[in-house]
Amino acid sequence: MKKNSVLKKAWTGLVEFVAMHQIPIMAVLILLVIAFPFMTDNKYLLRIATLCLINIVLGLALNLVQGYMGQMSFATAAFWGIGAYAGTIGVMRLGMPSLLGMAFGMAVAGLFGLLIALPTLKLKGYYLSIVTMGFCEIVRIVEMNWQDLTRGSLGIMNIPAVSIFGFRFKSGRANYIIALIILFVVTIFVKNLINSNFGLSLKAIRDDDSAAETMGINIVHVKRVNFVISALICGFVGAFYAQYVSFIHPSSFASGVSQEYIVMIIFGGLGSIPGTFLGCIALTILPELMRSLLQYRLLIYGALMVIMMNFMPGGLLGNLDLGLVRKKILERRSREAVKGSGGGDGE
Amino acid sequence: MFLQQIVNGLTIGSIYALVAIGYSLVFGVLRLINFANGAEYMLGAYFVYILMTTFGAKAPLAIPLAIVALGAVGYLVDFVGLRRLRKKNAPRMSALISTLGVGTFIENAIQIWVGTETKSYPNFLNFGRITIGKTIISWTQIIIFVTCILLMVAVSFVVYKTKIGKSMLAVSQDQMCARLMGINVSLVITLTFVVAAMLACVSGVLVGSYYQNIDTNMSFIVGMKTFAAAVLGGVGSLPGAVAGGLIVGLAESIGASYVSAGYRDAIAFAILIIVLLVKPSGLFGKNNVEKM
Repeated sequence: MKKNSVLKKAWTGLVEFVAMHQIPIMAVLILLVIAFPFMTDNKYLLRIATLCLINIVLGLALNLVQGYMGQMSFATAAFWGIGAYAGTIGVMRLGMPSLLGMAFGMAVAGLFGLLIALPTLKLKGYYLSIVTMGFCEIVRIVEMNWQDLTRGSLGIMNIPAVSIFGFRFKSGRANYIIALIILFVVTIFVKNLINSNFGLSLKAIRDDDSAAETMGINIVHVKRVNFVISALICGFVGAFYAQYVSFIHPSSFASGVSQEYIVMIIFGGLGSIPGTFLGCIALTILPELMRSLLQYRLLIYGALMVIMMNFMPGGLLGNLDLGLVRKKILERRSREAVKGSGGGDGE
Repeated sequence: MFLQQIVNGLTIGSIYALVAIGYSLVFGVLRLINFANGAEYMLGAYFVYILMTTFGAKAPLAIPLAIVALGAVGYLVDFVGLRRLRKKNAPRMSALISTLGVGTFIENAIQIWVGTETKSYPNFLNFGRITIGKTIISWTQIIIFVTCILLMVAVSFVVYKTKIGKSMLAVSQDQMCARLMGINVSLVITLTFVVAAMLACVSGVLVGSYYQNIDTNMSFIVGMKTFAAAVLGGVGSLPGAVAGGLIVGLAESIGASYVSAGYRDAIAFAILIIVLLVKPSGLFGKNNVEKM
């Protein structure tokens, strides 16, 4: 009991400290993340770090649909896979340059996102979950069976590395930096999107769709656009991922993979950008640390989903609003200052 | 050839229909897709397998035991995953995620326990076959079809004619009102989960003895297909679930032989997406799909 309260005190203290010093802490973290590849030569570490970055981007894309729109989507892996395959085919078959290949993967994924969004998002509730689940499976089956295009279960090997203006980025370090830039751009984009009018309508729809419609929000349109944006991000990252790992296989994009992203963002916090970072980093690194438990990973994930939903539906950071904490502290301080000066007057 | 595909399609379709009824029952009462239903179906088949291989039980003992055990699992799914959420009036997505978690847990527990490789399964219903013209109908197929139809009639009878079924319908229409009428709502919900799990168990065993092998992937694929069947018929409608199951089974077996066997599993999903495009309320559903 006592230990619990100490922990709680430490946690509130930490949260308050972070809330008061947001900018310096962010600056230190960003510097650390940029300096990281130059501090180590370990390829394995760099690879895990790059995968973390890619996973955060995918987590952010999924959080747009699941956290901010409030509908569970299994399409993450499907769009990721479509982006990877389309981008690769664009580069290897159609002779596109690397960046154009990424744009192509992004466009194709967005197109499929639109195809799913058109019939499904005019309906409310669970339909999206089911359709995306089926869609993910269809995509995997097609990737597996369309031998001429995707080489089926053999996978595509020797995908050329990322190249920008004729310069090939083969090293893990360079790819880490590229992934970091992608993550940076996507994070800024998502943050602005959420705080824009569009993001506010999205949250309004999640919380009460009838009220949102009464306020004049075109809910079907907003949901469709949001879903397509999510698909575009996944597709772009997919094409980058293919050029980074240089080998893709249909089994990397099965619906079980989508489920892992769902677990990641639930763990960190639905509808929270810091939560997405925390959840994706934690659940990318933890399985690597606990190789002996690898067999039990999905078992633990299943239990985690039930426990989180029952006891912490907001995830670890879902209910945390640093801006609000900061505001409260400032208010408290100003109140104390007023009290203090008031007491001084009395003497 | 064509008639043969129809026979095969009706057999597998009747099994889909049986699982789809489980979905529809739970959906009717709670407005919730129970993602654990596919896992229960797999678990039923595996319980019988484990009882027979590890404990040496004979089929007449193993199958009823497994059905009872699955009833208990159905109860646990509701108790562990959903009861707290209902009390807190949590958003619907939380319940969806929770059942998905339970399903994942069951699936992986079985994978760790017995391994992921395909297991050969005994055929309990092998009594020879009948040949009509060029079409071969095995007794296995006939027994599966008849069992499924009987069970479906029994469930429909319970739901539409008995008192407990009427309270189910009442709960599905308005929980608050049902409670005011003196119906024990949480008992009705529990019972629905138990019945759905038992139906899933029976279908799992039937599929096992039809194909004579089982593997741990069966839960996901069949879970998806039977959901497609339920949506096709109109979720929440029992006759709809039956019709949907039979149609999906037929489409699949005809499609697999005339189009491509590799895309066999994609056919059900394609049907699902087309239904949502054209008539989201399904064939027999009431025309009140929540649009937004």
